[in-house]
Amino acid sequence: MNSILTLQSVNKVYQSGGRDLKVLDNISFAVEAGSTMAIVGPSGSGKTTLLGLCAGLDRASSGSVELHDTRLNDLSENQLAALRNQYVGFIFQNFQLMPTLTAIENVMVPLELRGEKNVRPIALDLLDQVGLADRSHHYPTQLSGGEQQRVSLARAFSNQPQILFADEPTGNLDAETSEKVIQLLFDLNKQASTTLVLVTHDLDLAAMTQRIVKIKGGKLVSDDTL
Amino acid sequence: MAWRDSRRSRSRLLLFVSSVILGIAALVAIYSLGDNLRQNIDTQAATLLGADLEISGNRPAAATLRPLLDSLGTERSEERRFASMVYFTKSGGNRLAQIRALKGGYPYYGELETVPASAGRTFRAGRQALVDQTLMLQYDAQVGDSVKVGEVTFLIAGVLLKAPGQTGISTTVAPSVYIPLSYLAQTGLEQKGSRINYLYFFKYPFAADVERVVKAIKPRLDADELDTQTVQGQKESTGRSFEDLTQFLALVGFIALLLGCVGVASAVHIYIREKLNSIALLRCLGVKSSHAFVIYLIQIVGVGFMGSLLGAALGTVIQQFLPLVLKDFLPFELTTAISWSAVGQGIVLGTIISILFALLPLISVRNISPLRVLRASFESAPASRDPLRWLVYGLIIVFVLVFTWLQTDSWLEALIFTTSILAAFLLLLAMASLLVWLVQRFFPTSWRYVWRQALANLHRPNNQTSILIVSIGLGTAFICTLILVQGLLLKRVTLSTSGNQPNILLFDIQSSQQQQVLDLATQQGLPIIQSVPVVNMRLEKVNDYTATKAEKDTSSRISHRIFGREYRVSYRDTLTEFEEVKAGRWQGTAPAQGPVPISMEEGFAERNGVRVGDTLTFNVQGALLTTVIGSLREIDWNGVRTSFLVLFPKGVLEDAPQFHVLLTRVASNERSATFQRAVVQQFPNISIIDLGLVLKVLDELLEKIGFVIRFMAGFSILTGLIVLISSVLISKYQRLQESVLLRTLGASRKQIFSITALEYFFLGGLAAATGILVALAGSWALAKFTFKLGFMPQFLPLLIVFLTVSGLTILIGLINSRGILSRSPLEVLRQDV
Repeated sequence: MNSILTLQSVNKVYQSGGRDLKVLDNISFAVEAGSTMAIVGPSGSGKTTLLGLCAGLDRASSGSVELHDTRLNDLSENQLAALRNQYVGFIFQNFQLMPTLTAIENVMVPLELRGEKNVRPIALDLLDQVGLADRSHHYPTQLSGGEQQRVSLARAFSNQPQILFADEPTGNLDAETSEKVIQLLFDLNKQASTTLVLVTHDLDLAAMTQRIVKIKGGKLVSDDTL
Repeated sequence: MAWRDSRRSRSRLLLFVSSVILGIAALVAIYSLGDNLRQNIDTQAATLLGADLEISGNRPAAATLRPLLDSLGTERSEERRFASMVYFTKSGGNRLAQIRALKGGYPYYGELETVPASAGRTFRAGRQALVDQTLMLQYDAQVGDSVKVGEVTFLIAGVLLKAPGQTGISTTVAPSVYIPLSYLAQTGLEQKGSRINYLYFFKYPFAADVERVVKAIKPRLDADELDTQTVQGQKESTGRSFEDLTQFLALVGFIALLLGCVGVASAVHIYIREKLNSIALLRCLGVKSSHAFVIYLIQIVGVGFMGSLLGAALGTVIQQFLPLVLKDFLPFELTTAISWSAVGQGIVLGTIISILFALLPLISVRNISPLRVLRASFESAPASRDPLRWLVYGLIIVFVLVFTWLQTDSWLEALIFTTSILAAFLLLLAMASLLVWLVQRFFPTSWRYVWRQALANLHRPNNQTSILIVSIGLGTAFICTLILVQGLLLKRVTLSTSGNQPNILLFDIQSSQQQQVLDLATQQGLPIIQSVPVVNMRLEKVNDYTATKAEKDTSSRISHRIFGREYRVSYRDTLTEFEEVKAGRWQGTAPAQGPVPISMEEGFAERNGVRVGDTLTFNVQGALLTTVIGSLREIDWNGVRTSFLVLFPKGVLEDAPQFHVLLTRVASNERSATFQRAVVQQFPNISIIDLGLVLKVLDELLEKIGFVIRFMAGFSILTGLIVLISSVLISKYQRLQESVLLRTLGASRKQIFSITALEYFFLGGLAAATGILVALAGSWALAKFTFKLGFMPQFLPLLIVFLTVSGLTILIGLINSRGILSRSPLEVLRQDV
């Protein structure tokens, strides 16, 4: 099995009111390259914290996280940033587009941060794939929620990531728009053969992935392959 | 409720009003200065005059008047004051100075401050002089050296530091040399036609009513064209001058306050936007819209008061430093004390004005719908349709108008100021918007991402880009206009001395010396560019109007001001190429009979209400001469040459007492020094104006005036920077989100730092560029229409201002953004960054 993401005995402890608060407790799993996986669990179970650790946005208190054969615990902030830029894509519940940039400029950001040039055609092609080529020069405030999430999708795939992390990607969308965005997400994912790790409350959405990891109270309570 | 609602935002609210603190501080400092000046003038007026009564005129008191003068006061002194060359024998340097030949115990109040201290009293006992410290430094002279005034060489008894009524500015322009009056005759400088002021000083007993004495003797003195000045009069005239100065400074301070207020309005607007949901929730829970409005109004009143209090405290501290800023303009030592009336005015003014400006965004609170709780995108009615908004705009304009009127005591000036300030704001705003648009439109898309992102950040939601550009830009515009105008004035003088223009001007040449001076110049190979006779005279009548009649008859077209001056006229038979007849006919030779046809400068005639055909009766050293205005001339005043408001034809004044003026050009400083030395040694009464020296003095003078203006402009720039700090802190949430998102997407710390620094560079750069453009446009207009010069600004000082303003903006922006760089990217996944 070729794992792109491996967690071994990961713990995360926060200090709260002078006491230790264990948010993740001895989590271990591995994610196969090209597979899709959902992390589910009730509010406050530690889903988002887990996603943050997997994506190198935060550091584990103990245990190890390996992403693309690199042990994240040993990397500096800047090395983590470079790693994310190279191998990781993100989709957020609240879209997280730069309000001062147009749709196409938002899509270009990950590539431009890498220092790549002439990236406009790539971004325009991605916007075309999500059906927003004609709105490429609109600012986020000029787009609906569904459109913003589609721009976010285009941005997530712009750097051809090895692994895509999606945090409640339909949390802020109505049912009809959610369906379209999810369809698009899975289509693009399949097309690019990207590994997908998504965090959701939505069990129907989770059921569309190949594997569901359930956590509760910071502990992994089930790991089901569908 | 207002108190509870503000619990989490009090520090932020205070931050909003921080932008008015400096404006209030400036005003309180200026008002305190005004109060202190008044008190100091009251207590020190006697030392400004140095006596209880001063009588002065530009000719000696007539013999018939001497008994009256000898009967005044208990102690009497006399002074003759005139410009003449002084020659430092050790260094061989010479320069035009103000000679003050003194007899008696003057000053009776205050003293001639000298080094050594005793010299101020003892120099009168022998052939000794007191020399101004600027001259001593310039010519490297020491106490004990010699200085030659006219034909007499004096021992320098002391360095003159300060004399009654003297300011730093006046010593720069005309440094003084005191000599005993008893040696004046020996100097040979008191000749017929010499321009000398005659001053008589009197001391009275403590309780004497000097004003009553003056009232009694005034008609007698007026008849002899002598002026009077008393301690009370000195108090009033000095008070008036400084009232003008403090009014001017207060208006400049008020501009800084207005800029701060626009900052407040902008910040409160953002505050209210962030409070929209809380307000909607309150409305849902049953709070009436007027109550919601009052809750936030109370908060603003509270912080407005706090801000004004802080501003007043800061102003009281700043006023301690104002005497240092104004020291060159003050004829006395200024002592400072806290002015509670100034503090009170500042607090009231600050509270009112912060409320007025905060009202603009605040009134929108009334229109926030409770529906917003259910649906965030619910739009209220557009604010521009709210009639109350227009009422607030009107109130602000009325407030500015009334405030200015209170400063200037003139509705017209208040209206002009208010309109100008409104126009300047709009112009700066338009220019700022245009500049931002141009940069956005033409910024190369091929440039690196960090550059483009930094530029794009200027347009983030709730940005304060425009107000920042306006406030920082206005301060920059002040400073740059000052630099450019200073450059223009210096250029004008420099141009005057370039090419074949004369650069040495000799005057007070007696008729008997004229040929010898011409010969001396010719021997030294110098060209005689102009040599003209000058006759002093006074105007007695215009048609049937005397000075008294013209003053009483306010309906007369003839201004009484035409009488109050000494006319220096010349005579010749032709006009120069710089003169053009605009009305009437020029006659070069006087007719044998009838009034003499003279020519007058067109603008002067217009200002004084006289026309071709009017009869003017002049008093030429006692002889009355009837003339008629035969022509009006337009004169090109640019360049160094002699031009005369009144020009006589040949054949009238040849035998009148007169002196001559000679203009020449000297190629180098060495030759100039040789020529001047020869003139001063052979003809000590002749005065020389060296235009190289004039240029230097002008430069020093402008530097001193510029310092005060720069100090005041600093308030505007600092206000801009405080608005910047407040804006950076207000938008910190937004910045955090952006920065954390970029970190998540893989941006390095260096990239985030570059984006932040570049954003502030663009902001500071655009603000500085806006200010510089406004200054360039204003200075160009001045150059073209006022100075009639080609406009070639010096770009190096502008570049320095640009880099300084941009650098300061970057520094302050980065200091206030430092927390942003270190935030964890994990926060992007959380809502509560």
